[in-house]
Amino acid sequence: MLEGLLIGLQTAFSLQNLIMVIGGCLIGTFIGMLPGLGPMSIIAIMIPVAISMGDPSAALILLAGVYYGAIFGGSTSSILLNAPGVAGTVASSFDGYPMARQGKAGKALTIAAIASFAGGTIGALLLMVFAPALSSVALLFHSAEYFALMVVGLSAIAAFAGNGQVAKALLMTLLGLIMATVGEGALFNMPRFTMGLMDLQSGFGFITLAMAMFALPEALFLVLKPRDTAGPDNEIKDLRITRQEAKSIAPVIGRQSVQGFFIGVLPGAGATIASFLGYAVERNIAPKKEQEEFGKGSIKGLAAPETANNAACTGSFVPLLTLGIPGSGTTAILLGALIALNVTPGPRLMIDEPQVFWAVIMSMFIGNLVLLILNLPLIPYIAKVLSVPRTFLIPFILFFTLMGAYIGQNNATELLILVGFGICATILKFADYPLAPLLIGFILGGMLEDNFSRSMQLYDGISFIWERPMTLGLLVIAVILVVLPSWRTRRERAKERKARGIAEGD
Amino acid sequence: MALDRWIALVLLGICGIYGYAAWFTMDAGLPPFMQRNPIWPSTFPKVLSILAMGAALVIVLGLEKGEEKIGEIDYRKIWEYNLGQALLLLALMVAYALLLRPIGFIGATAGFLILGSVILGERRWLLMIVVAAIATGGVWYLVSEVLGIFMAPLPAMMRG
Repeated sequence: MLEGLLIGLQTAFSLQNLIMVIGGCLIGTFIGMLPGLGPMSIIAIMIPVAISMGDPSAALILLAGVYYGAIFGGSTSSILLNAPGVAGTVASSFDGYPMARQGKAGKALTIAAIASFAGGTIGALLLMVFAPALSSVALLFHSAEYFALMVVGLSAIAAFAGNGQVAKALLMTLLGLIMATVGEGALFNMPRFTMGLMDLQSGFGFITLAMAMFALPEALFLVLKPRDTAGPDNEIKDLRITRQEAKSIAPVIGRQSVQGFFIGVLPGAGATIASFLGYAVERNIAPKKEQEEFGKGSIKGLAAPETANNAACTGSFVPLLTLGIPGSGTTAILLGALIALNVTPGPRLMIDEPQVFWAVIMSMFIGNLVLLILNLPLIPYIAKVLSVPRTFLIPFILFFTLMGAYIGQNNATELLILVGFGICATILKFADYPLAPLLIGFILGGMLEDNFSRSMQLYDGISFIWERPMTLGLLVIAVILVVLPSWRTRRERAKERKARGIAEGD
Repeated sequence: MALDRWIALVLLGICGIYGYAAWFTMDAGLPPFMQRNPIWPSTFPKVLSILAMGAALVIVLGLEKGEEKIGEIDYRKIWEYNLGQALLLLALMVAYALLLRPIGFIGATAGFLILGSVILGERRWLLMIVVAAIATGGVWYLVSEVLGIFMAPLPAMMRG
């Protein structure tokens, strides 16, 4: 391995490759900030550039830099504007945006940068050590387990089911799942619930829905009730995180790097599920007092999904590099680029072209480091976006939501759907319905149904639930994650009542 | 009845229609080979419709007790907020959606950004025009030229 490391270092530290990493990170960060252009589309756009370079190591290094940059850029828009452009950063806006509204935008971005860095770096370390061994584990997961994994991911909605809100959170999740069934499914080639409209044939667009649920209502609320976003409190004064905060998020980052990485290894699971799962798990194991902070600007709630989605992105390279199986849309595009460069990823990659394999791993370390070094000084300027006068900021937010929905589909009807859903979402927000569960349900719904149907067909019935121990285990975990918090509150309430009873008895 | 229960009632209706479609109309055209499958395209929607109707009923009937709290904006006094501005901006977005194709990206976007600022009370015309021009040109160049996603820049009649 040491030999491999040295080969990698030698390749990655050439001047050309260093420039590639830096350039890739910058391009990724800036384009990634535009909602609607996620890592997948940016990498797809960069492919012609990468292929024309001819050197597979340099091309992969450039693309890896773009990938990391895009993920970080995506988190910036979800933290600052509540406009998550990629499904993987939706969970970051749950706590990141409330932090930005409390005037801690700089701190939130710093935490995001550090968490991303740690997640990416620890992920790369794990990739280096475990890649060969993990490739066989990834194949153990069948559709039944994926279905169970999605159910565990759905338990993240518990974070939004506050006091007297359980039915509302549940209804919103179900509504999200219902919306995911619109259009043509992967397994059944027939349009469902499209009401005969051609525009609904492919279902609702994710970005349209994300913008309509998160960014548009926020912007409308800003219009309805002007708040001083540029007040003196909003100076980006506490950019640094205190020692105490660092201490409290360190274990979160550690746990989520590992968990996120292993979820990323599973083909098809990827960054989105890793971020929701990370959020759900961290919320459930947090102490009672901190648990109530989640969703209102908890630093743990921001660090968890940020770490997990970066670690998962790194993890998704395991099946790509060792088996030649792309686990996500992004890695599928990378696979295409590799094949175009005459490199075939697979079991023989490490033997035939060790310099490619190791150069990718080294470039992950360098990419993460460069991203951190580039972004920490830039954060005050990025956060300044919030101090733009509202007469300019709001039209721009609205314009970006429109742009995001338009670029994805190139269809003006999508914009009307966006405005329609945006109005519905604003009314729902008036009545205190949580909107995040709807989006979680929508994102996970399609995958949930596909995997469930696939396993139903494989087992000709529902028997896979008890015949596959791993499925059963995951489903049990999901039940525990949902039941445990309510059981804990009930017990605490009972204890309080008892204490009060004794006091009154005296 | 509070707004949240009205909304739940509306959602109950939507779920009812959805459920009706799933239970009674969807399976009619199902080809025979699919009928032998253990799972039908309507299986998942059937389960969802029942669960969602249950959750909506819980809210409509007010079975779950929670303290009534007033959110960030009290919808009962909606008239006291800048409702006019919000509605005008929504109308502007609809107009943008309808006009994007006919008058082209550059005209529609610059108009949207300027009018949006005007609705919000900005009156520094020169600044608005400069900002809108830079932003429109920049985004168009990035999306159309750098990224290669086609967006018609000019009005339909000026394109050959």
